[in-house]
Amino acid sequence: MRIATLCGMGFGTSMMLKLFIDDILKAEGLKAEIVPVDLGSFKGTQADIIVAPTDMERHLKDAKGRVVLIRNLVDKQEVKTKVLAAFQEVLGASSGGPS
Amino acid sequence: MDEQTDSANRTLRLASLLTDETVRARVHVVSWQEAVERVGELLVGSGAVETRYIEAMKLVLSEMGPYAVIAPGIVLLHARPEDGVRRPCLALMTLATPVPFGHSQNDPVDLVVALGAADKQAHIVALQELARLLMDQPTLERIRSAQDDGALRAAIDAFDAGPSLGPSG
Repeated sequence: MRIATLCGMGFGTSMMLKLFIDDILKAEGLKAEIVPVDLGSFKGTQADIIVAPTDMERHLKDAKGRVVLIRNLVDKQEVKTKVLAAFQEVLGASSGGPS
Repeated sequence: MDEQTDSANRTLRLASLLTDETVRARVHVVSWQEAVERVGELLVGSGAVETRYIEAMKLVLSEMGPYAVIAPGIVLLHARPEDGVRRPCLALMTLATPVPFGHSQNDPVDLVVALGAADKQAHIVALQELARLLMDQPTLERIRSAQDDGALRAAIDAFDAGPSLGPSG
């Protein structure tokens, strides 16, 4: 499972998101590769799940993975709920048909 | 963790980054541009960034869009190290009157944070500390309701010193 966290500059909010998601997955006993990416380098990045701040949505129209938009980047509960839901969705989807 | 890393981390504690020079309460601005300028001036004044860093932060906002309004009312501004960062720095400013930054859900902004990263590693530590601060509801409320610089500094110092320092005042 590969999760990309996105921000505009590659070491700001994408890093913060990665740190949060690291904690969240560890607590749930889940494993994933979490890759912080900036918008500039994002094109062509392969990821099952893409976590980004809302208002970045317009930049993600052609994204291939499951897009998760976070309104409040310092709300761990929001990040947890949305990321775990996406995780389950992707796991469920990959059990049938090509990923 | 070796001595060097540990002492590097300590110098990036919020209290050392958010000094009298880089913290302001109840600033009057009428636009997001002015908000960026005013918080940028705090960083410039402290010698941590070159003047051009202010324009760089504005450019990031206008090119990338207002995604930097990372939570309701809170904007996290930054540009790149090569945009004129001399040393890792942080400035925090509350606004007398909130201003919109153009975000679809999180406007208007009343808490402006500006970050200057000199390199990736230093940046991560500062961000973690900042995230912890922004997640602490009592501290956030104290920060937002502080009427002057002294009260604002006190809120930050209290958080930095440790959690739950007795009954909230």
